[in-house]
Amino acid sequence: MTTTQVTAPTPTAPPAPHLGVGDRMRLWWASLPRPAQWGFGVPFIALLAALPILRPPVLTTEGTDFGGVLAQWGMYALLAIGLNVVVGQAGLLDLGYVGFYAIGAYTVALLTSPDSPWNQTDTWLSHHWAWVFALPIAVLITSISGLILGIPTLRLRGDYLAIVTLGFGEIVRLLADNLGTITGGGRGLSQIAFPLFGQSESRPNGVFSAGNTKVPFNFGAWWYWVSLALIIIVLLIVGNLERSRVGRAWVSVREDEDAAEIMGVPTFKFKLWAFLIGASIGGLSGVLYAGQVQFVSPPTFNVINSMLFLCAVIVGGQGNKLGVIAGAFIIVYLPNFFLGRDNLFGIPIDGNKIADYKYLFFGLALMTLMIFRPQGLFPARQKLLAYSRPVYVAARHAALAAAGLLKHSNGVPASDETAGGAR
Amino acid sequence: MSLGPEDPQAGAEHGDQHLGIEAYLTSDSVEEEFLPDGGVAQVAVDLAEIDPTLADPEAVAQIVAPERRIRTEVGAALLEMDAVTMRFGGLVALDAVSFEIKRGEILGLIGPNGAGKTTCFNAMTGVYRPTSGQVIFDGRPIGAIKRNQITRLGIARTFQNIRLFSDMTALENVVVGTDARHRTSVPGAVLRLPRHRSEEHDALDRAMALLEFVGIGRRATQKARNLPYGDQRRLEIARALATEPKLLCLDEPAAGFNPTEKADLMDLIRKIRDDGYTVLLIEHDMRLVMGVTDRVVVLEFGRKIAEGLPAEVSADPAVIAAYLGAPDDATA
Repeated sequence: MTTTQVTAPTPTAPPAPHLGVGDRMRLWWASLPRPAQWGFGVPFIALLAALPILRPPVLTTEGTDFGGVLAQWGMYALLAIGLNVVVGQAGLLDLGYVGFYAIGAYTVALLTSPDSPWNQTDTWLSHHWAWVFALPIAVLITSISGLILGIPTLRLRGDYLAIVTLGFGEIVRLLADNLGTITGGGRGLSQIAFPLFGQSESRPNGVFSAGNTKVPFNFGAWWYWVSLALIIIVLLIVGNLERSRVGRAWVSVREDEDAAEIMGVPTFKFKLWAFLIGASIGGLSGVLYAGQVQFVSPPTFNVINSMLFLCAVIVGGQGNKLGVIAGAFIIVYLPNFFLGRDNLFGIPIDGNKIADYKYLFFGLALMTLMIFRPQGLFPARQKLLAYSRPVYVAARHAALAAAGLLKHSNGVPASDETAGGAR
Repeated sequence: MSLGPEDPQAGAEHGDQHLGIEAYLTSDSVEEEFLPDGGVAQVAVDLAEIDPTLADPEAVAQIVAPERRIRTEVGAALLEMDAVTMRFGGLVALDAVSFEIKRGEILGLIGPNGAGKTTCFNAMTGVYRPTSGQVIFDGRPIGAIKRNQITRLGIARTFQNIRLFSDMTALENVVVGTDARHRTSVPGAVLRLPRHRSEEHDALDRAMALLEFVGIGRRATQKARNLPYGDQRRLEIARALATEPKLLCLDEPAAGFNPTEKADLMDLIRKIRDDGYTVLLIEHDMRLVMGVTDRVVVLEFGRKIAEGLPAEVSADPAVIAAYLGAPDDATA
C-alpha cells in the first residue's frame, strides 16, 4: 500500500489477501477524503487537456496529427459513455448505436451545410454561431429518434432487441444514402458550420477551422478540448443518474427484469429513459464529428462502427463509465499509433499494415478478453446510492482490519472519520 | 472498528472475520469480492459506526413498521379472492377459489404439489389475470393494471427460487424496494433536486433498518450473490418489506432450510406480523405452517378443500386424505 494510514500486519492477523494493482489503487483512492480526491482529479484532467500541447515523445502519433487523434478519442469517449448507459447499465444490447451518431451529425449538416435544402445559416441560425445553436437542436432530435426506436422495440428482450437495433442503424445509413435530394446521397454534405472563434490573421476562420493546422494549437487540439468539456458535463449527468433511483432501476432491469417489475420498478419507462439518454449522448458526439470534419457521408456511419463502439464499451468494462473512456482510447489510439510507423523501439514494423488490419486485431483482442477477463479491463464499480459513504467507510474499516492492514488499536484513520461524518 | 481482546463480543466478531478471510482466500473470483468503494466484501460491517440507532431493536422496528395508510380495519378482509378461476387452455389451475386474508393475520396457503398455490399467488400479484372472478385488495378490485403498479398498491412478494439483483449489494437491493415509493425520475436525479436528496437519505436509513430487522444488517455492503443462502432469503424479505406493502406474500421462504433456520424464520415472520404487516405464507413444511399461521387455506387440484385454524385444518379428514397422509403424521 502506498498510504501511511495502513500499517504492517500484526503477528496475530490472518495473512493479508492478495490484492491486485487495480484493487490496491481503488482501496487507496476510496480511502482519500473528498478534497484530496479533487486534489488528484483536477491535475489529472489538466494533464489530459495538456496532452496535445505536450505531445509526449513515444505517445505522439507519427502518421497522423496527434491533436486530431485526441479529438477523435473525445468523440468515441462520448459514444462509449452513451452506449454504456444503454448496454452497460440497463443491459439493453444496442447494435445500431451508430444510427444516433449519424442522426446527430446529419442534423447539424442539414441545418448548416450549403448543399442542404434545409440550410438555415442565412435565416435564423446566426452565421457565426450556427454550430453552437445547432447542437441542442441535434441533441433534441436524436433523443426523439431514441424514443421513436425505443417505444415499439423495448418490449423485446435480449437477442431480439439486438437484431431490431441493428436494423435501425442500417435504416438510418440507407436513408442518408438514398434520400439524395436532401442528404446529398453518396456525395454527402460538405462545408458544415463550425464555431468561428478566435479569428486572427494567421487563422482567418478561427481556431476550429480545418485550416488551422498550426501545431500544437491546431484545430484537432481545440476540438479535443471542446469534447473534454462535454465529456465532463456528460459524466456529471450520468454519474448523478447512476447514484439515483434511475441508475438502480437500470441495474435491476439488467439483473432480472421480471423481479424488478414485481418490486415496483416501472421497467419500460426507465428502459426508454436509458435509450433516450444514450441516444442524445450519441447525437452529441455526432454533432462534434460534423463540426470537426465539416463533411458527412453515409460510409462513416457503417454498422461496423457500431461494433467498434461496442468494442470500446466491452474492452473498457461494461457499466464503468470511466473504464469505457479508456476503452475508447484503446480503440481510437492503437490503430493511429501504428499508422506511419516503420519501427517500434528499434524493431522494424510495417505500421500501416498493422493499422489496416485493426479489425482483425480487435477481434482477436476481444476473444482473448472474453476468455480471460470477460468483465473488461476496468470492471464496473458502480455506486448506486448517493449518500452511502458512511456505510462503505465502515465496511472498508472492517475489510482493512480483516486483511491485517489496519491495527485494531489504532481505530479509524483520521481522514476517513472526517469523510464518514460529512453526510 | 474498536476491537479489544478483553471484549468477548469483539472476540466473536474477530472470529467471524477470520472466517470471512478464509472464504475470501478460497474464492475463485477475487475480483468480485471487492466493494464498489474498495473494501473486501466478505467482511461484516460494524453497525454502530454507521448509525447508533440500529443497535436498538425497538427503534429499528419503529422504522420498519408500515407507513402506508390502509383503508381496511384490523381484522377485516384486506384481500378477497372472489371465485377466481384460472384456465390455461384445457387445464383448470384454479376453480372458483374464494377466500380472504384479514388484515393483521398470517394466513397459510397449503396444498400438495400442483394444487394451484403458486397460480393463486400469481393471480393475486398480477402476474396472471384471472379467467373469471376477481381479486379485491384493500377495497378495490385488481383489474388490468401493471405488475409494478400492483406493488405500489401494496402487495409485495418474495420468490420461491431466489431472484435477487445479484450484482448489487444487499443494501442496494433493499433500496430498489424502497424506490417503489419514490417519485424521482431523470430530471430530479440529474439536478439533484431536494426531493431526490430527501428520498435518498430516507431510503438509506430505512434500508439499513430493514436489513437489521431481518437480521443481516452487518452484511449490508456485500454483494447479494455472495451472501449465504439463508441470508439471501432474508434479503428477499427485506426487499419486499421495503416497498411498504400492506400485504407481504412469502412463496416457500423456508425451502432448503434446516430446522434451526426454519425456527429462526418462524420468529422473523411473527416479528413481521407483530410490526403491523399482514402475511400470506405459501409453504410445504407443515411444522412451519402449523407453528406460525393464524389461519390456513388448503387447496387441492385447484379447489379450496378446507379453511380454518391450523388445528382444525390438520384434523380435517379431507385435508388429511388429500395432503397430510396418515393421521399420526398429521402434525408432523
